[in-house]
Amino acid sequence: MTVVDADIVVDRGGFRLSLSVSVGPGEVVALLGPNGAGKTTALRALAGLVPLTDGSVRIAGSIMDDPGTETFVPAHRRSIGVVFQDYLLFPHLTARDNVAFGPRSHGATKADAQAIADRWLARVGLPDLARRKPRQLSGGQAQRVALARALAVDPALLLLDEPLAALDARTRLETRAQLHRHLAEHQGATLLVTHDPLDALVLADRLVILEEGRVVQDGDAAAITARPRTDYVARLVGLNLYRGKGSGRAVTLANGFAIAVDDTVDGDAFVAFPPSAVALHREQPDGSPRNTWRATVAGIQRHGDNVRVELAGPLPAAADVTPAAVAQLHLEAGQSVWAAVKATETRAYPA
Amino acid sequence: MTRRPRRVGGRVPLALLLPAGIALLFLVLPLVALLMRAPWSTLPQRLASDDVLTSLLLSLECATLATLVSIAVGVPLAWVLARVEFRGRKLVRALVTVPLVLPPVVGGIALLMALGRRGLIGQYLWDWFGYQIPFTTTAVVIAEAFVAMPFLIIAVEGALRGADDRYEEAAATLGAGRWTTFRRVTLPLVAPGVAAGAVLCWARALGEFGATITFAGSFPGVTRTMPIEVYLMLESDLQAAIVLSLILLFVSVAILVSLRDRWVRSA
Repeated sequence: MTVVDADIVVDRGGFRLSLSVSVGPGEVVALLGPNGAGKTTALRALAGLVPLTDGSVRIAGSIMDDPGTETFVPAHRRSIGVVFQDYLLFPHLTARDNVAFGPRSHGATKADAQAIADRWLARVGLPDLARRKPRQLSGGQAQRVALARALAVDPALLLLDEPLAALDARTRLETRAQLHRHLAEHQGATLLVTHDPLDALVLADRLVILEEGRVVQDGDAAAITARPRTDYVARLVGLNLYRGKGSGRAVTLANGFAIAVDDTVDGDAFVAFPPSAVALHREQPDGSPRNTWRATVAGIQRHGDNVRVELAGPLPAAADVTPAAVAQLHLEAGQSVWAAVKATETRAYPA
Repeated sequence: MTRRPRRVGGRVPLALLLPAGIALLFLVLPLVALLMRAPWSTLPQRLASDDVLTSLLLSLECATLATLVSIAVGVPLAWVLARVEFRGRKLVRALVTVPLVLPPVVGGIALLMALGRRGLIGQYLWDWFGYQIPFTTTAVVIAEAFVAMPFLIIAVEGALRGADDRYEEAAATLGAGRWTTFRRVTLPLVAPGVAAGAVLCWARALGEFGATITFAGSFPGVTRTMPIEVYLMLESDLQAAIVLSLILLFVSVAILVSLRDRWVRSA
């Protein structure tokens, strides 16, 4: 039983977006990807603001768009609610009238629509701001009014386009927590578009990762953070990632470097390990570490309480070391060091 | 105390300053002359005279009706030009602006050909209903609307193109069809543009002369508007012509002031 069942194909001037996504009732799916991956186009196709080139969109059991049968239900007849990136609250209407706009368009009387609007404004914690115009609202307040407006029509599918991107860091934290609560209460399906992994991890039950118009990985947060399948995902979750050919307990990269691993893999495989697993030495270490290689320091940056060292060499990697270690090793750009990773700290899995 | 900003551009060349001064003088001097020749002492009586009041009221009435007609059909046309993609849109846009550059007399002749007693449409109005448009107050309104409507259409279309059409998308996602969206979102957002266009349109209609006298003639109280009255008075009573001119000048300046924020300052 799914609320949304979509097989989206949109061609736009040399760019092809192609993804399948389905969302169940009460489920929150995040569409995560870098800028230009096609996330917003996917959201617009679901909303009926962009027509499909191929495929189909089904919402709450009915076909909304199917080029094969020339079916297209326009946006205003779909059971959707959209929170736009910059909210697009109507500047000439009060917060209450903004929220009442949807119910009114769906046929409610003026009084009923206002009552619904007041109820929603209370739910998002802004009962006192009903008479304010959008320009008199702060960013966080405008975001909540936009959410109330989208939810006031009781949509089968709620679409959120970068809902927190326009907020400053502090407001964002607060608003994210509130948004999480409202999404949990929403009975319909929710699709969230974001380029911020934290938003996706906190708000979504399931992640779909989109790169250059196609899905590169999907699954729940735990699966994706444990086993990234592209450099983009690896960077998002903060892991070093390599692809090679596995044979038993080693994975050989294209450049011939073999990584000793703790898992048994055969055939095409990924190896991932966190930057904190990389140890740096001035001399070649001996003993337990199974992987050692000579690397060149390409960059040094503060990273939280530690220091992140970018290493060039046969195994380009990020290493997190303590400031004390940086001082002790006299690390600087261009310097040659020995890097070591224990096999037990790596994860290998089939590609 | 704030200091005046110091200039860094060097002296203004005389070769530019001189013609600029002549241009300014050329534009302002006639108006100054008009003000100086005005019979200020007898102004109140002259304004109160029947002829003046009749033509003034007729002018205001016709210009206002022409503006309302222009809004009723011109705003929808502006919306179609700005929001609907269709073949020949460029051609339609060009056609709309023809009355802007057409000599008004030619417009008056064209209206006669269309709506005159033997005109394209006018012949049927006459044959079937015994009704003729030319030389009636209706003809004045039509002539003024013909000449002035393009001002409104261009202003509103510009406002529509400048407005963020994503608000219309937001309205669609909230269940509003295109008509509801136009009424409740688009129109309020471009209201300042519509108002500015309407003021321009009204000003143009108020001053209309050529098309009106050709298509509607000059019957006192029926089609003799202020500009026509000014022209006729010139022969018989120069003082009265000056008084009427002053009224039209006053209205023009008032319009300029009301639009100051929109155009003069932003330019």
